[in-house]
Amino acid sequence: MFYREAGDFKTSYQDDNQTFPIKFDRYRYYFVLFVAFAIIPFMINDYWVNAVFLPFLIYTIAAIGLNILTGYCGQVSLGTGGFMAVGAYAVYKLMTLFPEVNVLIHIVLAGVVTAGVGVLFGLPSLRIKGFYLAVATLAAQFFLVWMFNRVPWFYNYSASGQISAPERTFLGEVITGPETEAWAAYLVCLVFVTLSAILARNLTRGSLGRKWMAIRDMDIAAEIIGVNPLGAKLSAFAISSFFVGVSGALFFAVYLGAVEVGEVFGINKSFLVLFMIIIGGLGSIFGSFAGAAFLVLLPVFLKNVLVGGLGWPTDLAAHLEFMIVGGLIIVFLIAEPHGLAQLWRVTKEKLRLWPFPH
Amino acid sequence: MPDQLIYAMEVFLNGLMAGVLYALVALGFVLIYKASGIFNYAQGVMALFSAMTLVGLMEGQVPFSHLINAILGTQVHHFGWHLPAVLGILLTMAVMVALAWLVQVVIFRHLVNQEPIILFMATIGLAYFMEGFGDLMWGSEIKKLDVGLPQGINLWIDETTFNIFDYGFFIDNLDIVATIIAALLVGVLVAFSQYTKQGRAMRAVADDHQAALSVGVSLSFIWVMVWSVAGFVALVAGVMWGTKSGVQFSLSLIALKALPVLMLGGFTSIPGAIVGGLIIGVGEKLFEFAIGPIIGGATENWFAYVLALVFLVFRPQGLFGDKIIERV
Repeated sequence: MFYREAGDFKTSYQDDNQTFPIKFDRYRYYFVLFVAFAIIPFMINDYWVNAVFLPFLIYTIAAIGLNILTGYCGQVSLGTGGFMAVGAYAVYKLMTLFPEVNVLIHIVLAGVVTAGVGVLFGLPSLRIKGFYLAVATLAAQFFLVWMFNRVPWFYNYSASGQISAPERTFLGEVITGPETEAWAAYLVCLVFVTLSAILARNLTRGSLGRKWMAIRDMDIAAEIIGVNPLGAKLSAFAISSFFVGVSGALFFAVYLGAVEVGEVFGINKSFLVLFMIIIGGLGSIFGSFAGAAFLVLLPVFLKNVLVGGLGWPTDLAAHLEFMIVGGLIIVFLIAEPHGLAQLWRVTKEKLRLWPFPH
Repeated sequence: MPDQLIYAMEVFLNGLMAGVLYALVALGFVLIYKASGIFNYAQGVMALFSAMTLVGLMEGQVPFSHLINAILGTQVHHFGWHLPAVLGILLTMAVMVALAWLVQVVIFRHLVNQEPIILFMATIGLAYFMEGFGDLMWGSEIKKLDVGLPQGINLWIDETTFNIFDYGFFIDNLDIVATIIAALLVGVLVAFSQYTKQGRAMRAVADDHQAALSVGVSLSFIWVMVWSVAGFVALVAGVMWGTKSGVQFSLSLIALKALPVLMLGGFTSIPGAIVGGLIIGVGEKLFEFAIGPIIGGATENWFAYVLALVFLVFRPQGLFGDKIIERV
């Protein structure tokens, strides 16, 4: 009885076309934003930020990026780890080459650099489709990781091959480096997530998003009705890589602080983000949030229950985690191929009728 | 003969051997893809799991010992027996058949008629699940596998090449054995699919599921059979690689190496897997030998993929694959 469109009359085209036409949805969205921006920063501490919130926010941006490429445009990509590495190294080089410029601008520029690299590795998608493209993106993944390991210019000729984020401030508050306060790191990531989600939602609602979905559903038919496959696929790669690059830059600069590219941005990262969008729901912005939350919280939950609660050794917990993640992927693919986002949509549909049965 | 050329010949021969090992893994992929249209990312993990099961059975390990010890507080690790290799292989084969049946019943029967990408992602989930399950069952430390295969440098080749070229080639006995076994395996598989009734049924299912059903072929039986054969191929590959470098997690990464082999050879062709494997093996080793030192080394990580990628741009179906025909 709360979730109704009845009585809510739209009097302008702008109102009619808005993202959340139902009043309840709109107020819920404002409420979530209010809690996220105005309440959580005051209640947060280091553990929650580092274990839960920062990985959740950063992986959400990466999941939004991969969802645009794989969920909306249908181009399977296993190169997410490599592109996150590009974002991280780009922001590192920019921070060290131009230390006076604000680090937030550097993060956006790192996204632009990654978009360029993404377009380059997306060029084969015009000839190669499906699995073959997935394997071709593996070429991007392995090559990029190798390149960042071997070419010393990228890590400023340091002896260890690691890169570490120098301290930077914004409006007088430290946001990168080891002295960062928990709430400052959280707010930076939250702002990026909000802007990314708004940008992605509006892109996918517009004509570009419709072109992507046409390519996904049947690319030859799309070409026949006038969708330019070159433009649509390359723009999907570019925009997706922009988001993934921004997430990689934040991952390095704000969250980890120091990175060794082989272990942090390896193939496991690519699979992790892919699992997030599968579980969350392909082709859904909310699904990116849901999948990222699920796969960030699951290991934390398992560790607290199994190791903290039952006293099992950590390697058992790690093996069980693998089994549960793999099992859940299969369960989701069988029972609900459209992921948590579909479950959410079905819930909303049921709520619109509640308390009536039909 | 100039020294570099002699070294290049040795690298070439070693590349051929490495290529054969890649082809062994790629064979399993081709079999499953031909029969059911599923690209089985879990093939590498199946190789790891079969090798771990073989070692566990031969050594008499208690399955799930770590878990049992954590829950019950006991300290059991081994049953105390040691099986001979042949018996171990037969028992492992039975385990792989059971696994094939389970995978078919639990997963793929529910996913009939889904898009290929959903099936691919289901196999990725299966790979993760099996990896955790295998580690839980047999433990994740590195195990030594010894089924009696000869190892070490082949002395006959060493002496002969020393007499001819003044430089003894290092060719491992294990690689030679792997080549012979792979050749036998391919011969057996080709004969099976061409000359037996079940092989014909398998080819019928690969061609058109519904037509095969209408002629009376039992789809689920064929799929279980195909996965079992793929499991056998995985076991052979697991034994080869496990004897070479120990049974450990990195064995599952050979699946990743088989992917460029498949792209080159075509996903649906058994000779393509062999030829693709040889090309990738030789290409990788020669590239590392010739150009690796200039650009920093360790190019084996990515060269296979880039080679396959470049090749695909010009011939998207691979060397021997079916031509991709798209209809609207």
